[in-house]
Amino acid sequence: MSLLNQRLREVHHLLSRKELSVTELVDASFKRIAETEERIGAFLTLDEEGARNTARQLDEGSAEGAGLLYGLPVGIKDNIVTEGLRTTCASKFLANYNPIYDATVVTKLKEARTVTVGKLNMDEFAMGGSNENSAFHTTRNPWDTDRVPGGSSGGSAAAVAAGQVYFALGSDTGGSIRQPAAYCGVVGLKPTYGLVSRFGLVAFASSLDQIGPITKNVEDAAFALQAIAGHDERDSTSANVEIPDYAAALTGEVKGMRIGVPKEYLGKGIDPKVKERVLEALKTFESLGAVWEEISLPHTEYAVATYYLLASSEASSNLARFDGVRYGVRADNPENLLDLYRRSRSEGFGNEVKRRIMLGTYALSSGYYDAYYKKAQQVRTLIKRDFDQAFEKYDLIIGPTAPTTAFRIGEQVNDPLTMYLNDICTIPVSLAGVPAISIPCGLADGLPVGLQIIGKPFDEASVLRAAHAFESHTDHHKLRPAL
Amino acid sequence: MSISVKDVEHVANLARLALTEAEKEQFAGQLSAILKYAEKLNELNTDGIEPTSHVLPLYNVMREDEVKPSLPHAKVMANAPEEEDGQFKVPSVLE
Repeated sequence: MSLLNQRLREVHHLLSRKELSVTELVDASFKRIAETEERIGAFLTLDEEGARNTARQLDEGSAEGAGLLYGLPVGIKDNIVTEGLRTTCASKFLANYNPIYDATVVTKLKEARTVTVGKLNMDEFAMGGSNENSAFHTTRNPWDTDRVPGGSSGGSAAAVAAGQVYFALGSDTGGSIRQPAAYCGVVGLKPTYGLVSRFGLVAFASSLDQIGPITKNVEDAAFALQAIAGHDERDSTSANVEIPDYAAALTGEVKGMRIGVPKEYLGKGIDPKVKERVLEALKTFESLGAVWEEISLPHTEYAVATYYLLASSEASSNLARFDGVRYGVRADNPENLLDLYRRSRSEGFGNEVKRRIMLGTYALSSGYYDAYYKKAQQVRTLIKRDFDQAFEKYDLIIGPTAPTTAFRIGEQVNDPLTMYLNDICTIPVSLAGVPAISIPCGLADGLPVGLQIIGKPFDEASVLRAAHAFESHTDHHKLRPAL
Repeated sequence: MSISVKDVEHVANLARLALTEAEKEQFAGQLSAILKYAEKLNELNTDGIEPTSHVLPLYNVMREDEVKPSLPHAKVMANAPEEEDGQFKVPSVLE
């Protein structure tokens, strides 16, 4: 078995005693990338030289006091800035952008002494659910290379599923960590809004964006979250809460836990085979002593419309910074400043980004603000109340991560609305700001199905505990694509 | 809500985008469809419901007014498409 598929504690044991060098582990990562990358295309930028230098420095230094992430090869989604390492957001606009500082999560991973292998593909500016909106290439699903890996963190999920990196960071605005994790048969955790600093995450929709890990199993997710969570004075929306010991929550014990299963997540539009896997997973929880009941989150059907109005509005404002003045694309021979803005933006942005900027600008424009933007913010309140009320009675909410398994490349590309509906089970969770994990719960027609476990605000510990208990009693997470 | 090409041109101007004729046609159709779908929200009575702008109970996060190191000037200019004398250069704004 590849070193990158071995359990973290085993790898750590070898690394910390110097029975295995970081260089050997990084070699294994680049060897696997060489074998698979032509078929998968998970990366936008590889940093072999930088990774090998870091590995050598770690090998020359002491492993004393090494944390669990010491020496692990990791991949970073390309909307998280890395000093001196090209960061494009998969946009032509930033094709040559070289960040001058590290995102806080990158600094934290460096402090944990991980090794950054490269930057991972995504939908342009994180807008999309298939990776087809990358301006550079479409990443392929390791389970079936004719299918999408999901998105927007599709490169992150595909790289972990293909065993190219030990784990990866992604970002989630409406499902962009959880949905690709589900499609690629790996674990993806979206923390509570505010748990992880967004300093250095290129902003898409600021009231929703959150960084989280994509890993092969729940234990790794707990370790990775431990490393990146916490208040950051550079992000005024990061929450000042105490960070618990997440690994300590992995007791395998879910006896007496109360689980609500929203009927809206298993109704219309959900593939019957996906539903079957979810119901089987609920039986597993039942056998472990948890109790589940059907509940209703009555405003679920309004979530997608609410999300697209709010996220696009915020995006239209956030992406105003791409003006061709300080970095990025600048149009040739502008007639005047206005022409410079217009043409630089039009040359640099792809179709979906323009569409969302247009939608958001419209929703915020004079005469339509109350009807669209404010209305959507009010409906967001109702959606959040659904969750607040459910969590008065239940510890967790469980359902599918996505209504179907991975679709074929090109299948939905001309139909934005259908594409948006793939996020029906993840978007309400993002709007409520609560934490959720997607874990593998079996296959449907040979493709992975994701189980979504949703928790109370800042109760990642319970989410991880339940996910880990499920994993400990099933083998779904051990399935790997035949590449 | 139906979005005309003229509406698209107005919004594109606000958003500082220069769209081709084909893009204008395409966005008119697609934005109409998306906004029609969004009208679903009107099924809900939201009278008296507070809008949620974000979910954290945070207001006016303050910090001490202390001088801290900033990014070095040369670094900040490193990605500039055009610069002169350590400043970002743009076309003249005034005639």
